[in-house]
Amino acid sequence: MTLTTAAPALAELHGITVRYNGRTVLDHVDLLVERGQIVTVIGPNGSGKTTLARVLLGLVQPDKGTVRRGNDIVIGYVPQRVNIDSTLPLSVRRFLKLAARRDGVDIVGALTEVGTAHLLDADISSLSGGELQRVLLARALLRDPDLLVLDEPTQGVDFAGQIALYHLIGEIRDRHGCGVLTISHDLHLVMAATDRVICLNHHICCSGEPESVRIHPEYVALFGPKASEDLAIYSHCHAHNHDLAGNVVEGDGAHQHVDHQP
Amino acid sequence: MTFSGGRCSAGWVSPLAAGPLGCFVVWRRMSYFGASIAHAALLGVALGLILGIDLTLGIALTGVVFAIAIVFLQRHTRLASDTLLGILAHAALAAGLVAISSRQGLRVDLLGYLFGDILAVSQADLVWIYLGGGLSLAVLAAVWRGLLAITVHEELARAEGVHVLAIQLIFALLLAIVIAVSMKIVGVLLIISLLIIPAAAARPFAKTPEQMAILAALIGAVAVAAGLGASYHWDTPSGPSVVMAAFAMFLASLAAASFQRR
Repeated sequence: MTLTTAAPALAELHGITVRYNGRTVLDHVDLLVERGQIVTVIGPNGSGKTTLARVLLGLVQPDKGTVRRGNDIVIGYVPQRVNIDSTLPLSVRRFLKLAARRDGVDIVGALTEVGTAHLLDADISSLSGGELQRVLLARALLRDPDLLVLDEPTQGVDFAGQIALYHLIGEIRDRHGCGVLTISHDLHLVMAATDRVICLNHHICCSGEPESVRIHPEYVALFGPKASEDLAIYSHCHAHNHDLAGNVVEGDGAHQHVDHQP
Repeated sequence: MTFSGGRCSAGWVSPLAAGPLGCFVVWRRMSYFGASIAHAALLGVALGLILGIDLTLGIALTGVVFAIAIVFLQRHTRLASDTLLGILAHAALAAGLVAISSRQGLRVDLLGYLFGDILAVSQADLVWIYLGGGLSLAVLAAVWRGLLAITVHEELARAEGVHVLAIQLIFALLLAIVIAVSMKIVGVLLIISLLIIPAAAARPFAKTPEQMAILAALIGAVAVAAGLGASYHWDTPSGPSVVMAAFAMFLASLAAASFQRR
């Protein structure tokens, strides 16, 4: 890490254009992720979000544009879907050992950080959606990433779990100081833990701080007026939270629980 | 020719390599891929006879070329994988049958190639079987970790710097070699069973991928021993006898697993 610059760019994409079978999936898209920053790409289905992440990861070669990744940066990737055949006998411990040659203490540490230490010896194909997402996050953390790329990290996770997961992502950023690129289809969910939002629909519709994107005409046009309504639309009035095992825990004030607004 | 100890030991070698490799065939849901390479083996027999080269070498080379062709065609066609495999496998089998039958004056034991004939194993075949079996086990051990990584998640492995295409090609190569050296025992049409039945039978008793691989190797070896024993005593064809023995062990495994669950 260099000390001369406060926020060195981890990854910089410039003028990215990708075409599949004559269809333009990405059209001159720029993206910058800096250390310690959470950037969220939101957009409707088929808007090119995942393709953008894949370009950043080097899995897709853009037809036009430049991809610059920082020197020797390690990227931790959490893909959208992981289907492991149930004929493969693989414990969570072993699954994590495949990611990085680390000892048991590190593995337990990473699992503890994401709140799934109790799953250490569970079979990977027996996990629920939320559990699997957290184990995948632990897997990415074990690589000591400079940059985390999370593609729809809340797939198959229930609502309370989604909020908890985004909260966790914010914590991880604070603790590790890594940059984070998140892909989501729901701005409200990610608002609390996002520094910058990029609203994508093949091209960049608008970008900026979450609050400014929420009221941006292009965002409203893309997601409908409902999407820009007040946050209270999804808030709950619980006085407590649940941990992953479903037990009631003290509310930590990490996300606001307020009364429903009409 | 008599039923010699040398031939029986040859029978033991191929399942020791086929078992662990078969586990990957099962985990990666590639049994149709394996069967297709086996079908192409008959074309290898024909080429070997026509060119006057060693048949095992002919089969292995044809299998390798065929496997590489499939891997590349899968990347460049819109056809579903099983459609493509169905087309190529049966075209290769038909071409092999036509080529063999068109060589009049060639005395070919077609049934032996299709269903296996342990009595046809020559001294030269024995060398091939030992060399091929040993080599494929060694190579499999060397690529084990990478192969396991792409089995868990191909994109994730690629994003983390695993050479996916190279490992896929090596895997196809190993399949071709194991099929070539096992063909004398179980034949073109039954060879895939020597790959997948031991793996499936091993699954309920394995906690790790390695345990499953070792168990599958042992189950395959016992099936070959039992099948060849039965073939010797009752004068039944060697290939089908081995497959029946493997199937019996699979049924026993199913029964034991359901008993265990109670």
